[in-house]
Amino acid sequence: MAKEIEITMENIKSTKIDSPEIVDESTQQNASRIETKGVKVWYDDFMAIKGIDMVIKPNTITAFIGPSGCGKSTFLRLFNRMNDYVEGFKMEGKIKIDGDNIYKKKVNVEQLRKEIGMVFQKPNPFPKSIFDNVAYGLQIQGIKDKKLINERVEKALKQADLWEEVKDNLKKSALALSGGQQQRLCIARTLAVQPSILLMDEPTSALDPISTAKIEELIHHLKEEYTIIIVTHNMQQASRISDYTAFFYLGELIEYDKTRKIFTNPEKKQTENYITGRFG
Amino acid sequence: MKIKEKIIELVLKFFASITILTTVGIIVVLLFESIAFFKSVSILDFLTDTQWTPLYSEKHFGILALVSGTFLTAAIAIAVALPIGLTIAIYLNMYAPKSFRKVLKPFLEILAAIPTVVYGFFALTIVTPFLQTIYPDLETFNSLSAGIVMGIMIIPFISSLSEDALHAVPKSLKLASFGMGATRFQTAFKVMVPAASSGIIVSIILAISRAIGETMIVAIAAGQQPQLTLDPTVPVQTITSYIVQVSMGDAPQGSIEYKTIFAAGLTLFLFTFILNSISFYIKKKYQEKYE
Amino acid sequence: MNNLQKNRFIDQVFKILGILFTMLGIFILGVLIYNILKVGVTRINWDFLTSLPSRRPEKAGIYTAIIGTLDLMLLTIIFAIPVGVGAGIYLEEYAKKSKFSSLLEINISNLAGVPSIIYGLLGLGIFVRFFGLGGSILSGSLTLSLLILPIIIVATREAIKAVPHSLKEASYGLGASKWQTIKNVVLPSSFGGILTGIILSLSRAIGETAPLIVVGAMAYVPFVPHSVFDTFSVLPMQIFSWTTRPQQGFAIAASAAIIILLIITFVMNGIAVYFRNKWQKKLK
Repeated sequence: MAKEIEITMENIKSTKIDSPEIVDESTQQNASRIETKGVKVWYDDFMAIKGIDMVIKPNTITAFIGPSGCGKSTFLRLFNRMNDYVEGFKMEGKIKIDGDNIYKKKVNVEQLRKEIGMVFQKPNPFPKSIFDNVAYGLQIQGIKDKKLINERVEKALKQADLWEEVKDNLKKSALALSGGQQQRLCIARTLAVQPSILLMDEPTSALDPISTAKIEELIHHLKEEYTIIIVTHNMQQASRISDYTAFFYLGELIEYDKTRKIFTNPEKKQTENYITGRFG
Repeated sequence: MKIKEKIIELVLKFFASITILTTVGIIVVLLFESIAFFKSVSILDFLTDTQWTPLYSEKHFGILALVSGTFLTAAIAIAVALPIGLTIAIYLNMYAPKSFRKVLKPFLEILAAIPTVVYGFFALTIVTPFLQTIYPDLETFNSLSAGIVMGIMIIPFISSLSEDALHAVPKSLKLASFGMGATRFQTAFKVMVPAASSGIIVSIILAISRAIGETMIVAIAAGQQPQLTLDPTVPVQTITSYIVQVSMGDAPQGSIEYKTIFAAGLTLFLFTFILNSISFYIKKKYQEKYE
Repeated sequence: MNNLQKNRFIDQVFKILGILFTMLGIFILGVLIYNILKVGVTRINWDFLTSLPSRRPEKAGIYTAIIGTLDLMLLTIIFAIPVGVGAGIYLEEYAKKSKFSSLLEINISNLAGVPSIIYGLLGLGIFVRFFGLGGSILSGSLTLSLLILPIIIVATREAIKAVPHSLKEASYGLGASKWQTIKNVVLPSSFGGILTGIILSLSRAIGETAPLIVVGAMAYVPFVPHSVFDTFSVLPMQIFSWTTRPQQGFAIAASAAIIILLIITFVMNGIAVYFRNKWQKKLK
């Protein structure tokens, strides 16, 4: 059984990512590149995304900013097809991850989501132990090798900077952790399945400033191995941690550039108005 | 003006108190006649004798013969209703489109609205003959057919209440699981069902309670032979159908036959009371968890 | 097949199982209704509705059973509605958080789970014997009233809970007393919900057989009751008594009577759903 899984995992790696199993100096290639072409989204009759072309480079942190209801979360959730479950969802256009269109008919959505981790707005640990939360993604893939699971859980918790705080209490319920710890646990849970892209939907909006700072620092480290997209309402956060920033307004991508450029010298008036707090 | 308000409040309070009087009334009536019963029959016999023949000349008062029939039919009913009801609940919650769920849920609830005498007729005249074509040795009155039909009747109890419980699980957990690449099946059984377990357990307990108190289906289709058996193909008698049998005859007040139905009723009441109390306790705890 | 494919396969199998089981419930409902219609529908005619019961199945009718059911329901409405709605109002608007109110709450939840036949024993002990009302319509309707009380109380409370707090405050703000507020604001806005609960509880009461058997409803009543102290039969009781007879003719008559009972039940449930939808729309 274990052997079969091993092979399966390798297959996935080789089809999806052209990189060796072990990440060291060659990390640059591990993360994925995202490309969207003419993406439009409707919820029933409401047009939520009005045609977006965008390229997101590997090993970068990209921030999506814009007022509430501008489509940035919807757009983010296209990358792991989380909108599929929304009633009345319709989509047009192409989204390619490492060259493959993820909205092709044959795409295995579960496999896709294994490659593209997501962290949600509010910490949402399962009502299970800390260990079981992190091991969840491995278990649903059918991995039964205890040693492998233990290793991955430990590694993920270390990556999420939570290991030192919980290593003696792995059997404790995840719900007993503080909000900030819960969110780092959710990040660890995502990292344990070794994705190549991390989607973060306002991951710190429900947290206090100290927890927020911890998570921002964590995100900064994770850039070395992952392509990260973060939706945020917090301008300082976007300017602190991201390499690129995309400004969305009413379902359109208004401006997308290096973060420094967006925050110091935006091309568009709307962008400037938003980041200087004149609306939103 | 002030007095009128006060009087109205008192009247309403009295109305509410009627529910307490009802419970007191049930307990007093059951105990009163049962105590009279236990003056002529020892509790030990009642609990250990394996025969129940109060209507014959050679009288035995072993409630086990009725309890076994009661639990046999209830067990068959739950064996039918639990897998089907829970699968429907998960299907409606995780797979079915919203519009589908809105139509199907009330439709299934019709199953619970049909009078039980109709189900009894259905079991006796349609289900039993059908089962006899598969298994010819099945007797005309049997617990299998009654149990299956009772199970169909309580499907909506389990499916509706369990779906409510699944619905109450925060949506973020479902999304988190999907986000990790879990299928709907994996999400249902590894995340949703465990998270909704208390509500699902409550629905199952209520269904059991409903099944052991169900009367007309067993009175019509399960027979009138109290016996300690696990054989689902032979006639049995439940506590409820015994009470019906005596009531259909004319047992004079004060006779031992008359008193037996209260002793049997007390036994039934205790079973359902315990089950209902457990479910109430779980429900209270579970409400606090989500608030 | 690798693990991902296997998981997807299981997922699809379970989906199909879910559809099958859901359809099974509806299919059985269809089989039940079809079989009963097939046997009984030709038996329904004006004579069937207006004839007295008879020992000869082809002449038997449900006249006394229908009149008995109507009388019983009328009395049950008179007893159960004021008490049930009143108790619901008390619990929602007056009762403070006290031992007494939490006792009431536990008690009502428990009563809702008491088997109906136990209510029959209660009616037998209290109304039939203790008050000496005998196996009369009065005993039967009092027993059924207690049986459906929890349903009406719960429905009333739910409906009152849904009334926006701001409405009540507006009424108090104009100087209305508590009862005036309840009478003029709370009850009118919760009327749809309460009505739905009442109809559903009556539809339950109409189908009840077991408690009435215990209280002493008759399988054979050759005359129409004249007063509330007369003995009676009801539709489900008539069905039960026909079901237990060996002649095929009675099975046909039972099917015909079941059709009438199901029509009444479905119509009442339909009306209840209609009122609920209308009321919920209004609330929004």
